[in-house]
Amino acid sequence: MEKRVVITGMGIYSCLGKSLDEVRQSLYDGKSGIIFDPVRKEMGFRSALTAYLEKPDLKGQLSRNQRAFMPEEAQYAYAATVEALRNAKIDQDYLDAHEVGLLYGNDSTADAVVKSVDTMREKKDTTLVGSGAIFQSMNSTVTMNLGCIFHLKGINLTVSGACASGSHAIGLGALLIRNGLQDMVVCGGAQEVNPFSIGSFDGISAFSTRESDPTKASRPFDRDRDGLVPGGGAATVIIESYESAVKRGAPILAEILSYGFSSNGDHISTPSVEGPARSLKAAINNAGIDIRQIGYINAHATSTKVGDMNEAKAIIEVFGDHKPFVTSTKGQTGHEMWMAGASEIIYTMLMMKNNFIAGNLNFENPDEDSAKLNIPANRINAHFDTFLSNSFGFGGTNSTLIVKNL
Amino acid sequence: MEKQELIEKINQVLAEEFEVEQSVITPDADIRETLSLDSLSLVDMVALIEEQFGVKIKGTELSSVKTFGLLYDFVFERM
Repeated sequence: MEKRVVITGMGIYSCLGKSLDEVRQSLYDGKSGIIFDPVRKEMGFRSALTAYLEKPDLKGQLSRNQRAFMPEEAQYAYAATVEALRNAKIDQDYLDAHEVGLLYGNDSTADAVVKSVDTMREKKDTTLVGSGAIFQSMNSTVTMNLGCIFHLKGINLTVSGACASGSHAIGLGALLIRNGLQDMVVCGGAQEVNPFSIGSFDGISAFSTRESDPTKASRPFDRDRDGLVPGGGAATVIIESYESAVKRGAPILAEILSYGFSSNGDHISTPSVEGPARSLKAAINNAGIDIRQIGYINAHATSTKVGDMNEAKAIIEVFGDHKPFVTSTKGQTGHEMWMAGASEIIYTMLMMKNNFIAGNLNFENPDEDSAKLNIPANRINAHFDTFLSNSFGFGGTNSTLIVKNL
Repeated sequence: MEKQELIEKINQVLAEEFEVEQSVITPDADIRETLSLDSLSLVDMVALIEEQFGVKIKGTELSSVKTFGLLYDFVFERM
């Protein structure tokens, strides 16, 4: 028999704040986390816009040897996971005594790779890259670090699905629990925030160049959008079977009703309408609900011309006359890429639990397609109990999660 | 560099990198125990010595450099 999958803890480290409380307030206030980074301009970037967040100071929390293996995205993921476990009322004794899994979205660790290669080229001596370089340089760096730090003993692997990585990680974790293969999985997404990691992305003219007004640059669904703004950090969601949550008296926050996925099988960077629409339909079918129960859609919309347009078309195709509220929180955060699918579940959970929807920042004028969606430009007080969250990525990978309030 | 100056410098960089008080670094103390080095962080110590003092400790030589006193001698003789 299939098991119900519930969310019992969340933690976040993002440009909107270093805790759930800070992030909730930033969402409520419509704060932007975007800045102009002069270092990127010196490096020859077309756009020097980025989300800004400080690196966590983990000295005193983790040993020198543990920290040596952690690139920035693993540090963000650690901070988010500490908060999520605490909120889920899970201590180290529980983790030691149970087979808890770990599925985290991550699709690059460029900073560590670039720095170790630079050292090898300059010094001609591999010893000088240090013992941490190999562990920092692998794409699975987040899961290998968290698995060892928290002594996790269940499934342990990184999900690399481009900008849908975090969403796929949660979806796959939910499938494992639904089928009885795990009782609890620590899921999430992490994204490094440094120039090396996205220089090549800047090179394909994907980023907004509205450098004179950084907080206005990320403008999903707006007629005058001119590209995305890169962001990052990490977000952790603790998911478990309903039985497990009840048994240990955990705070049950919401239920993951379904995971839909699809692949465009088409262009490597240009998204389609048909692929995402299939992902939405799959999630709705798997959830077994009427679409009218969905009160809010957290869109993938990254502030690119074609991406936002095609997502709007897909939503219109699938939802027809039903017009739930739709926003993209990327207006505030920029595109958190590998992390986005997980962080946006948390942003939406915070809004759902606090009865508001953050305004779609910088949505000043609709285009032909976004005009057909119900997009609040400013914060509204609204109650919704079921939401849908989209994440799409390069290579045409699509993921959709539907979550219900409990 | 005088030997005493070298000793002080070695103590300083090791204490800073491996986050220990300089006072625990004494000539007779075991390097691996004092700095909590495992097979991986031992590589970092080798890299640090090479970077700071230009002296490479080869794998075959490493097993004989057990104490800080032996490390001071090893580095001083090769500088």
